[in-house]
Amino acid sequence: MKKPLALAISAAALAFTSAALADDPKEGGVVNTIIQPEPPGLVLGMVQNAPTRTVSGNIYEGLLRYSTDLEPMPQLAESWEVSDDGRTYTFHLREGVTWHDGEAFTADDVVFSADVFHRELNPSARAVLQHVESIEATDDHTVVFTLKQPFGPFLLSFEAGTFTMVPEHLYAGTDFRNNEHNDHPIGTGPFKFDNWERGTVIELVKNEEYYEEGLPYLDGVNWHVIPDGASRAVAFENETIDVLPSGTVENFDIPRLAEMDNVCMTEEGHEYFSPFAMLWMNNREGPTADKRFRQAVMYAMDREFAKNVLWNGLGNVPLSAFGSNARFQNDDLEPYDYNPDRARELLDEMGYDGEEITILPLPYGETWTRWAEAVQQNLREVGINVETQATDVGGWNQRLGDWDYDLAFTYLYQYGDPALGISRTYLSDNIAKGSPWNNVEGYENERVDELFNEAATAYPDEEREALYSEVQEILHEDVPVGWLMELGFPTLYRCDVQNLVTSGVGVNDGFKDAWLDR
Amino acid sequence: MVYARLILMRLFKAVIVLFLIVIFNFLLIQLAPGDPASILAGEAGAADQEFLNQLRERFGLDQPMYVQLWHYVSGIAMLDFGYSYRLGVPVFDLIMDRLPATLLLTGTAFVLSLVLGIVAGSMAASRVKKPSGSIIMALALVFYATPLFWVALMSVVVFSVYLGWLPAYGLYTVGAGHTGFALVLDVAQHLVLPATTLALFFMAIYTRMTRTSMLDAAQQDYVKTARAKGLKPSIIQRRHVLRNALLPIITLAGLQAGQMVGGAILTETVFAWPGIGRLMFEALQQRDYNLLLGIFFFSAALVIVFNIITDLVYSLADPRIKKGAA
Repeated sequence: MKKPLALAISAAALAFTSAALADDPKEGGVVNTIIQPEPPGLVLGMVQNAPTRTVSGNIYEGLLRYSTDLEPMPQLAESWEVSDDGRTYTFHLREGVTWHDGEAFTADDVVFSADVFHRELNPSARAVLQHVESIEATDDHTVVFTLKQPFGPFLLSFEAGTFTMVPEHLYAGTDFRNNEHNDHPIGTGPFKFDNWERGTVIELVKNEEYYEEGLPYLDGVNWHVIPDGASRAVAFENETIDVLPSGTVENFDIPRLAEMDNVCMTEEGHEYFSPFAMLWMNNREGPTADKRFRQAVMYAMDREFAKNVLWNGLGNVPLSAFGSNARFQNDDLEPYDYNPDRARELLDEMGYDGEEITILPLPYGETWTRWAEAVQQNLREVGINVETQATDVGGWNQRLGDWDYDLAFTYLYQYGDPALGISRTYLSDNIAKGSPWNNVEGYENERVDELFNEAATAYPDEEREALYSEVQEILHEDVPVGWLMELGFPTLYRCDVQNLVTSGVGVNDGFKDAWLDR
Repeated sequence: MVYARLILMRLFKAVIVLFLIVIFNFLLIQLAPGDPASILAGEAGAADQEFLNQLRERFGLDQPMYVQLWHYVSGIAMLDFGYSYRLGVPVFDLIMDRLPATLLLTGTAFVLSLVLGIVAGSMAASRVKKPSGSIIMALALVFYATPLFWVALMSVVVFSVYLGWLPAYGLYTVGAGHTGFALVLDVAQHLVLPATTLALFFMAIYTRMTRTSMLDAAQQDYVKTARAKGLKPSIIQRRHVLRNALLPIITLAGLQAGQMVGGAILTETVFAWPGIGRLMFEALQQRDYNLLLGIFFFSAALVIVFNIITDLVYSLADPRIKKGAA
């Protein structure tokens, strides 16, 4: 029952490709889709959360876009060059691009966005910008980034959600957060902001002046706000909604919806984020401070079961700290296969005395609650005395930020490169109270720090590969956190919505190429 | 004149009560784990210390608690409810934006449940030993005992998915561009399922209560007197029994009316109705203190107002209740 679903996806993907080749795109039509939860604001860079990225990725653009293989593709930058020493990146901007208010987009906007706007507001951009020495506009359509030292994943950082281009003429010299234009975002993208009826819908309309010939095909996109998961499934079932972006319905509804007539499903379109589910294990105190205990947890968990039952067979059980969508995965490592006997041995060896530990599920819905129950059962079977504690999002944030937990579920985006999405979990200088997204487990290993830091700035890629291989061996042995799954978050849509997922961020910038075969 | 003094007295007390409620709510909310900055940072999926500090400074969360309390209370005194942390919009605007949708929903449900409940209850009271009376009471029991969210979901499944009669969610059809009468009709269609769902529970209570207190009133001496002087049974029921039986119902109606602002969280969530209940629930999850406190304030004010109105209605329904007694 689970396998056929995964097969159905590839079959649907094939059917979809040939259909797209056969027909000429049709113009017109409005697509109705879901945004969940309702975003706090739509100005990317000022707000970086997932729903804002999803809606605003169609309003704003970055210099580059990424394929589903995470290869950079031109967007606002037409072409780019990297110097031989890997320190100078020159971007040639597309000419004739205008903002939604009619002003021309120039190199000055790029410099302002990167050097002023994001440096002040955006923590994920800041993490990249610390490697940048200077940003210069050499003429109206050329921007040169000079780095302090080479930074391997630099070209992966220009996605719209991370490095959004914002209009200098509206923001320069203002109090960004109280700028009057925040209510009416102005970007360069294929769709313009039209209306936001809070609690009901966000409406985007076609940008008639869009610089890419013939695009977009759609007249608009309506993002409906429906707070209840079951109601979202119903809205898709009764055909008011055409597209369910990943994560908008509970996993147990997916097989039922996918089997309906004229419904297609794709697993593509999340490669850039490739959410990696992990089990934080407190390395500081309690049984989880012992490496053997953490290894025992890895052996005790039946991760294939979770994948097949809770995630409909979608996604991927990882070998260790590097997922399959991150680069430089070392696949020589011995997998932590389900092995309760080995787990019991390890627990005996360390002399685990049955001390009670707690596990915090992620408060993001039913799937996560069930997953925590499954893991709890796995752990009890090998003799670990574990209790589940439920929290809401606020409580969960605080418990993790204060390091007040034994085991806790989470998931983190990988951003296509270990230096962007993976090293942050293991670097010891990333240990700080108050955030649930840094080195929460408290792992400290000098060699790991060295390897990660060297690898981030090593050049070219072969150098990085060797360093990352070694770091993976150490992490695989130490198990600072539990590696659960690279999550498969499928997108469901009516099959007559064509060409929907064309990039590694899926619907976040996908409506640009989409068209309706109606 | 007496009424005016009564109302003035009550309003004066109300201000003091509201003031205490504001302080109590403010302190209560501090007990919830997590703060808005950590939630916003958590949502962003990436946060450095600088980001958290920026947020806390902007929200004034870096100040000692008594300073925050002072800022808040002095703001309220000037009717300034502050800004929503998460949405960056004045709280007052947010509430006013959502209030019409909520009042439409809860108001409709209120009228529907009160009228139908009293009618069904009176019918059941006059058919005590008959099957029709038992059926009404059985139905009332079922509606009373069934969880609201289940009724909501099932009504969507039946009337919207299978039968396709009514829209499943929302306030109006997005993208249809209705105006004028078409819009009214569209909203009315969207209103049917949530308003009925919300009304069922209270309707059941009114039915049961009306029946009980009517049966109770029917035993009283003045009813016997009325019968003895030869009044028609229908007049006795209406003028003597029902009117005397109304007092507990008015009390209950006052309570229900007081919940009109924040009492429809579940219904609004399931039906994606853009009202205050949802706003409140989201504000709670986001630890959006200002917004949450603002909604609490409005809810509390409404409860107080309806308590005063209830007292006034008492003395209209039953002149024996003298103004001074309130």
